[in-house]
Amino acid sequence: MDIHALQQIVHKTRDARRKQTIPKFSPADRDALIEKYHPDFRKSAYRPIRFGPNADEQTVIELATLLEGDSPIADDLDVTPHYQTDVLVIGGGGAGCAAALHAHGTGAKVILATKLRLGDSNSVMAQGGMQISVAPEDSPVTHFLDTLKGGHMQNDHALLKVMVEEGPAIAKWLIELGVLFDRQADGNLHVKKGGGSSKPRLLTCSDYTGLEIMRVLKDEVLNQKIQLLEFCAAVELLSNDEGHCTGAIFKDLDNHRLVVVAAKSVILATGGIGRLHIQGFPTSNHYGATGDGLCLSYRMGAKLAHIDTFQYHPSGAVYPEQLIGALVTEGIRSEGGHLVNSKGERFVNELDTRDVVSSSIIRECEEGRGIRTMSGRVGVWLDTPLLDAEHGPGTVEKHFPAMMLQFERFGIDISKDPVLIYPTLHYQNGGVKIDTNSETNVKNLFVSGEASGGLHGRNRLMGNSLLDLMVFGKRAGLTAASRAQSMAQGKLTLQHLRRFRAEAKQHGSPSGVISPMVLPAYTRKEN
Amino acid sequence: MAHEDTNVIDQPEVLKPRMVSIEISGKKYEVPEGITVIKALWYTGQEVVRGAGCLGGFCGACATYYRTKDDPKVRTCLACQMAVQDGMSFTIMPPFPARKAIYDIQTLKDPKQDLFNLYPEAPLCRNCNACTEACPQKIDVREGVWKAVFGDFKSVSEMFMDCVMCGMCTPVCIADIAPNLVALYVSRAQGAHFTEKPQGLETRIKEIQDGRFNDEWNKVLAMNEKELADHCATVK
Ligand SMILES: Cc1cc2nc3c(=O)[nH]c(=O)nc-3n(C[C@H](O)[C@H](O)[C@H](O)COP(=O)(O)OP(=O)(O)OC[C@H]3O[C@@H](n4cnc5c(N)ncnc54)[C@H](O)[C@@H]3O)c2cc1C
Ligand code: SF4
Ligand code: SF4
Ligand code: FES
Repeated sequence: MDIHALQQIVHKTRDARRKQTIPKFSPADRDALIEKYHPDFRKSAYRPIRFGPNADEQTVIELATLLEGDSPIADDLDVTPHYQTDVLVIGGGGAGCAAALHAHGTGAKVILATKLRLGDSNSVMAQGGMQISVAPEDSPVTHFLDTLKGGHMQNDHALLKVMVEEGPAIAKWLIELGVLFDRQADGNLHVKKGGGSSKPRLLTCSDYTGLEIMRVLKDEVLNQKIQLLEFCAAVELLSNDEGHCTGAIFKDLDNHRLVVVAAKSVILATGGIGRLHIQGFPTSNHYGATGDGLCLSYRMGAKLAHIDTFQYHPSGAVYPEQLIGALVTEGIRSEGGHLVNSKGERFVNELDTRDVVSSSIIRECEEGRGIRTMSGRVGVWLDTPLLDAEHGPGTVEKHFPAMMLQFERFGIDISKDPVLIYPTLHYQNGGVKIDTNSETNVKNLFVSGEASGGLHGRNRLMGNSLLDLMVFGKRAGLTAASRAQSMAQGKLTLQHLRRFRAEAKQHGSPSGVISPMVLPAYTRKEN
Repeated sequence: MAHEDTNVIDQPEVLKPRMVSIEISGKKYEVPEGITVIKALWYTGQEVVRGAGCLGGFCGACATYYRTKDDPKVRTCLACQMAVQDGMSFTIMPPFPARKAIYDIQTLKDPKQDLFNLYPEAPLCRNCNACTEACPQKIDVREGVWKAVFGDFKSVSEMFMDCVMCGMCTPVCIADIAPNLVALYVSRAQGAHFTEKPQGLETRIKEIQDGRFNDEWNKVLAMNEKELADHCATVK
């Protein structure tokens, strides 16, 4: 059937739906729903990791295979360094830029190496905003409690307290650098309410929050003349006799040469995992989100936390084909957009946490109340025109220019037509376990941003990631720099790799997989 | 799946993809109609390293020149956001050299005047509008450059909120201006110098420093798991 014909049910039921309030699930119902429908609970998608710091713990098969994978580096490689630095930052997204700027600010020598160009990352795509408790009726403690509830009470309390308390100072830092957050008429920061939060707390820059922050941070990295190695992917770390981290080996993607960087301390800010397409899900993530940091740290002996849980963002585009997996920002639901099944009914409180909303969309689709596309995808409607109906014509265009443009390119006007959505693989809830200074159990190896784990528990609240990046990027940068200033460069060896290989051998034949993945294999080989 | 399902969107192009001829950097290929320009590169077996980043229309890594069948005009697009059509030819754009001025945003004395020292070519705009035509984000770039020069920093910062820094406005400029870099400077100056300090934020920072929430923290952090869960449930 014609998509416009199918959309009629959304237009027809709009007025009736506007009078409805949908209660949130009780904790018991919520847990039952999630267990039945959330992809994290599909047992067949999981298996135990065979060896290493998280031996016998469950994770998705795609990740377990990479964690057990072999390094592309020969363990007798000549590791004479091409570069020497105090602090080596790996990854040029939000966490990497924040870490590099703060480390550089202390006077330390910093090298920032990144797989693609500086800034090409998940961070530029963040649309929804950044949670910081600035409103008078809000407080860091409330932010803490909301996040804990969203994270199924599994969040690391120490990390979380640090994040919510340092948030306001981070907002100030960004404003001083020239980030243009949306304001109220009185000059105060405008705050929006995000899913799972009890108070409005989202700072936004239109629906370009990540882009605006990253434009400024990138520009600042260039202004500070921080040394950059672009198109260099980290493929192995270096360690000394005691197993402390002492640098990294990169593959220069332009000429495939190996580049050795000696560093007194290393900050991994390599982001998430979406491009592994866990359980076959499409993803909202950037091209380089292949979980490299997890593999690199794991081989060094760093412990991972909560790597059995992932965030499936409720609203990934399902139509048109060109936009599959692309994010339809949660901002639409924050402003009152309804989720509607093929019968024209709402089926969940749209502002519930992401795991709940995603699970209920999957339920609708599995129980036959979804809308199928000919390419075999299924989804439910997100009533975007409702925003204009509710808040006046032009609202969608004014508040969501990025989304308008994205769909307009394919002839869809989202202020007039609802969009078809289904959960998309969005975020890695867990990652490398860190302490409040972003350090792992491997000395002088720091991890910050999405690659780290513990802070968000088993489910991240919208907008907490951008804050996480800035707070723990800063802490990693400052700690790594001060550490570097008081120590000598450690020996460069690949001992940890020899140890890892020996362990792999003990656990049966190697899988034949090389990790990290570096880039997903989308290139069509056969013809 | 032979369901009698009325909830199916017809997409004949997906069921039986129509192949179209395209030209990539001058060489001909057949690819399914409607896939994005980046996917067409993958489909034809080409590795993409430079030219792909966010894949979501936000990072500007995939700046591309293209032409359609009967149109003489060379146009620009973001390769991750553009569907291929029959007869289209395209080439991913290499990054063009552009001079970025180096500045310390916080210590600028007179940002509106400093623009002329940092980007002395900015006032030489000849109004040709090539930059605006090149912009895949539909920004009125020419107007932005003029507004920057006339000191209307606020408008510039609003106009360029959509700028993905793809750089396509730079090589076309006959006055050697890099409009995106000018706009970035102007937006940062607007944010750092001409925007009100948010009072509520200052108050909150001070409250945290003064320990206003300490009692509440002590209470919360002393709770056992059950108490904490119950307490969380009371937050509305
Ligand atoms: C579409 C989308 C929208 C989002 N919206 C929001 C939002 O509104 N609010 C919010 O709080 N969060 C949001 N998030 C989540 C948030 O943006 C990310 O979690 C966050 O940006 C991650 O930042 P990061 O610095 O850890 O990683 P990234 O920003 O992804 O950066 C990782 C960097 O590491 C590089 N890298 C990877 N592997 C290697 C390697 N082997 N060697 C060298 N470099 C490497 C990458 O190229 C990249 O530069 C969103 C995420 C997505 C995908
Ligand atoms: S203003 Fe220039 S850099 Fe920005 S999006 Fe338009 S063409 Fe690209
Ligand atoms: S291309 Fe250069 S000269 Fe022409 S309008 Fe734009 S800024 Fe002015
Ligand atoms: S890859 Fe980022 S805009 Fe296309």
